Amino acid sequence: MLSIHLILFLAFGAIAVAGAVNLLVQTHPINSALSLIAVMAALAGEYLLLGAEFVAAVQVIVYAGAIMVLFVFVIMLLNAGVEEHTKGSRVAIVFGIPGMLVGSLLLAWVVLKHSGTQSVPVGALPGAPRTIGPLLFHEFLLPFEITSILILIAIMGAVVLASKPTATGGPAKKVQD
Amino acid sequence: MPIWVYIVASIIKSAIVLLVLLTAVAYTVWLERKVVGHMQNRWGPTRVGPFGLLQPAADGIKFLFKEDLTPPHVYKPLYIAAPLIAVVFALTSIAVIPFGNSITLFGYTFPLQITDVNIGLLIILGVTSVGVYGVALAGWSSNNKYSLLGGLRAGAQMVSYEISLGLSLVGVLILAGSFSLRDIVNAQGGHFWGFIPRWNIFIQPVAFFCYLMAAYAETNRIPFDLPEAETELVAGYHTEYSAMKFAMFFMAEYANMITVACLATLLFLGGWHGPIFGPPILQALLPVFWFCAKIFVFLFVYIWVRGTLPRFRYDQLMAFGWKFLLPVAIVNLVATAIAVAW
Repeated sequence: MLSIHLILFLAFGAIAVAGAVNLLVQTHPINSALSLIAVMAALAGEYLLLGAEFVAAVQVIVYAGAIMVLFVFVIMLLNAGVEEHTKGSRVAIVFGIPGMLVGSLLLAWVVLKHSGTQSVPVGALPGAPRTIGPLLFHEFLLPFEITSILILIAIMGAVVLASKPTATGGPAKKVQD
Repeated sequence: MPIWVYIVASIIKSAIVLLVLLTAVAYTVWLERKVVGHMQNRWGPTRVGPFGLLQPAADGIKFLFKEDLTPPHVYKPLYIAAPLIAVVFALTSIAVIPFGNSITLFGYTFPLQITDVNIGLLIILGVTSVGVYGVALAGWSSNNKYSLLGGLRAGAQMVSYEISLGLSLVGVLILAGSFSLRDIVNAQGGHFWGFIPRWNIFIQPVAFFCYLMAAYAETNRIPFDLPEAETELVAGYHTEYSAMKFAMFFMAEYANMITVACLATLLFLGGWHGPIFGPPILQALLPVFWFCAKIFVFLFVYIWVRGTLPRFRYDQLMAFGWKFLLPVAIVNLVATAIAVAW
């Protein structure tokens, strides 16, 4: 029995997988970046089907709309050309592809074996903004704040690494504008 | 409501809204040429039809029949996709905008909105944030330095001002307690002391100011139209585009202006609330009229500003966005939150 939800779920899943494969196959960086955007958008569709509409919207706004814009920017600014095609390493062919097949078969087996236990009906999980807010700011306040501090540290680290040190070892001089 | 009624009603509603939106886009262009013309002591379009009213039709025919040039050095897949991305996302966001209360036909009640979702505002923000790709990819795929600079400017500007735009809206969201545009409008019904309407612009004037500035920058309009500054960049990201592909960018820009005007009306100007009087048929139509009138006023201000202000410099634009608008929006947000929590 195919419900509309299942059809949409499979369609978005197919788009996500196709986008991910295309991301690896494409030789031009900007095509790869655009495939990644397609993957993000398809994932947002899956979240929406699971009833997590807020997460879906944030997925589009933050990942597809902001982070990937910066990716595309960097590619445009570096003017990265078409990558050279190599035959690929032999290790990847001998171990990688069989390993990947075994891994995905194992995963599918585990998922199928436990499929009867708990399936979540659409919209049963709390995903509305009104339920996420209290969770973020009461129950998970500490992890939430710690994550933001981690991100701040990452930003500062990036600034330190990117700024060119002077000969005396001090931080870079401020460029006069 | 049976499912087929729902589907048929949705198709009819989408068709009507799309038709009205595209007509509005065409006549906003006409209005702009006319108003800016009069501001500069010119007549604007006068030749085609009375007051040049058929000028949009003439323009459309011209766009269709012009030669569609594709320069030889462009990256073709993205060069063709970019105007489509721009226009599709510009037209999509109208789907969640409510135009009035519901009407009852044949025993069924239809809301005056293509689809009512409880995260309507987030969907508009998401769709507009993805719309950046149209402009950025157009600039890059044209393989032209003016286009690339225009595309980069547009992208950087839109990403920067999106933050102030989002933060300026949070104050309104705190007051309404919902992401649904319909709920936000309903929260603005009634009056203060019996005569001042309870619109958010009177409660959140700072947020409205931030929204106005950020919205002008988001739509790449004067005084923030650096991406297409013709004195330095020819025409910016659409330098290499001609015929219908150029028209798509044009349509996207004006459709975005209308979306921004709709959002301002819904969030700050009370949506379809206004004086209701007269016989029942008039009472049913007046909310839609007030909604359209407010959008018209907002669009007129857009054009007025274009006829009045000079263009910013690019560093001024970025400094204004990050060093002035963002702090003001954050302070307003904190003040609103404290006031509501009190």
